Amino acid sequence: MIPKLAYRNLFHDRLSLVVTLTGIVFSVVLVAVQFGLYLGSENRIAAMLDNAKADLWVVPLGTKSFDDPSFLSGRERHAILSMPGVASAEELVVGFASWRKPRGGSTAALLVGSNTAKGMLPWDIVEGRMADLASPNGVAVDQTYFSELGISKLRDKAEVNNLEVTVTAVTQGIRSFTTLPYIFTTLGTARTLLDAQSEQSSYMLVQLAPGSDLATVQKALAARLPDTEILTHDAFRQRSLDYWLFETGAGSALIAGAILGIIVGIVIVAQTLYASTKDHLNEFATLRALGASAGYIHRVILMQAVLSAVIGYLLGMCLSLLVIEGSKATTLLILMTPNLALMLVVLTVGMCILAAICAIFKVTRIDPAVVFSR
Amino acid sequence: MTQDFSPILEAKGIVKTLGAGAAQVQALKGVNFDLMPGELTLLMGPSGSGKTTLLSILGCILTPTDGSVQIAGRSTEGLNAEGMADLRRRHVGFVFQAYNLVPTLTAIENVMLALDLRGVSLSDAPDLAAEALEAVGLSHRADASPSKMSGGAKQRVAIARALAGSPSVILADEPTAALDAQNGMAVMELLAEVAKDTGRGVLAVTHDHRTLEYADRIIRIEDGRIVGRARRRDGEMTEAPSVSWGTAAPAEVRHASVIA
Repeated sequence: MIPKLAYRNLFHDRLSLVVTLTGIVFSVVLVAVQFGLYLGSENRIAAMLDNAKADLWVVPLGTKSFDDPSFLSGRERHAILSMPGVASAEELVVGFASWRKPRGGSTAALLVGSNTAKGMLPWDIVEGRMADLASPNGVAVDQTYFSELGISKLRDKAEVNNLEVTVTAVTQGIRSFTTLPYIFTTLGTARTLLDAQSEQSSYMLVQLAPGSDLATVQKALAARLPDTEILTHDAFRQRSLDYWLFETGAGSALIAGAILGIIVGIVIVAQTLYASTKDHLNEFATLRALGASAGYIHRVILMQAVLSAVIGYLLGMCLSLLVIEGSKATTLLILMTPNLALMLVVLTVGMCILAAICAIFKVTRIDPAVVFSR
Repeated sequence: MTQDFSPILEAKGIVKTLGAGAAQVQALKGVNFDLMPGELTLLMGPSGSGKTTLLSILGCILTPTDGSVQIAGRSTEGLNAEGMADLRRRHVGFVFQAYNLVPTLTAIENVMLALDLRGVSLSDAPDLAAEALEAVGLSHRADASPSKMSGGAKQRVAIARALAGSPSVILADEPTAALDAQNGMAVMELLAEVAKDTGRGVLAVTHDHRTLEYADRIIRIEDGRIVGRARRRDGEMTEAPSVSWGTAAPAEVRHASVIA
């Protein structure tokens, strides 16, 4: 009978239910969007690292993130390849560059040069081919940056650091977390455009031979290359995330927004649930007089809270998915993952249960003797 | 029904003090009371005499300042709020003046709620609730909402709710007060039947002298003390020899006394 009583109490006052659900839906959408943005930010910050697929990264000492490049000394490659347990060492050249638009004006960009024959970077090419990057000063850009880079199609020309480049490939959906567009090219072209030495690179991507122990190779490399840091993929990923999300405060702002959403949700649900409990106080007093235990009445209120949470969650998720779908046409990346959806269920139910506590305190003080004074 | 002559509910030396300091009032001043199974007992008295306070104590809703209460052999002494609730749930069925039905539930659901409180399984509850409604002549209104029912019908549902789960005693607070004469008498007739047919002890607080014809016993309370007792013997109401009703005696009791 508890679910039925809770359901009837909840739906008895439709206006109150609408207010409760509005609060929960608002909270779910706010938290979903904020955490979705957070996950989207993580995705963008780590995209290069995740697609490069290296077991170990050799990075200049003090590197804060992938997008904070400087150059290694240039002597690392042979040292790495001579290390037992290493299968391959790929160079990656990353540097800030000035992109001059064909019709005037310029913007900063992050140039990424890699061994394109390996096919790791870039990815998701929608026009042109990876092989086309090997053509003289061929570059790949993402189509979402066309307007910012002042180009409109494949084969358009521009200048990088005063050298002419041709857009020979176009990607879809590779956006940086910062405002700088990524410009992909070959190692050789990148070195030319960045005026770097032929041996210089920003990062070395190390793949281990099958059966090699990661920690052992990492330790040996660290001993061999004292002016570098040897980071596992996960460590470099976490370092990049920590830098952009927490040292810059961007992630903290998103999490603060999500917490605000939860607080607003709790306050609205608590207020309406408390009002609903007050409206039904005589019924709860009657139940108490009929011998209901305090636990029984608490369960009715908690069931009301859980029912509100489930309905509010379903509505909130529908609205969140609409918002996420709508955001695809913008520069925002909002992700909804199964884990986030599950976390939102737990969070919504927890929020509503927490909100029910005020109502439970109110009911706990009911004197069943009031049934005789009505 | 076989008559059991040991009381199902017994209260001894009940004292209840309400309020504190200068506002303190002694609502009950040493009340002794017993309720026999199979009998309908009426508790009568003027407003403020302590009827409802006594009913609340007998129904384990209030604890006495002094004295003891036993229901079905279980004492209320030392019980906390949950212990009192457990005793109410197991042994007491209530009928309230204002019916106190849950307005969001139908008639049968109100009865099922009482069964649920008493631990009856959801599979058995519908049949038992239907039986209780049939016993009060309301099986045809089982799915009606209280808001669509007359006062008399609501009170019948309340009685069905009190009957559900077979509590030892049924306590009714002014069960006819909100009803017209016809419905009021029908409800009293029903309570008398419940007492006789099921062997439960039924106590009803009432002001309504028209209900006396249904009573097996009448107890009068004034200023926190029992001042009169009468029992029906061989169809006639007889004043207990030890207590005088005086001029406060209802007509039937006065008449009974003359006969006696």
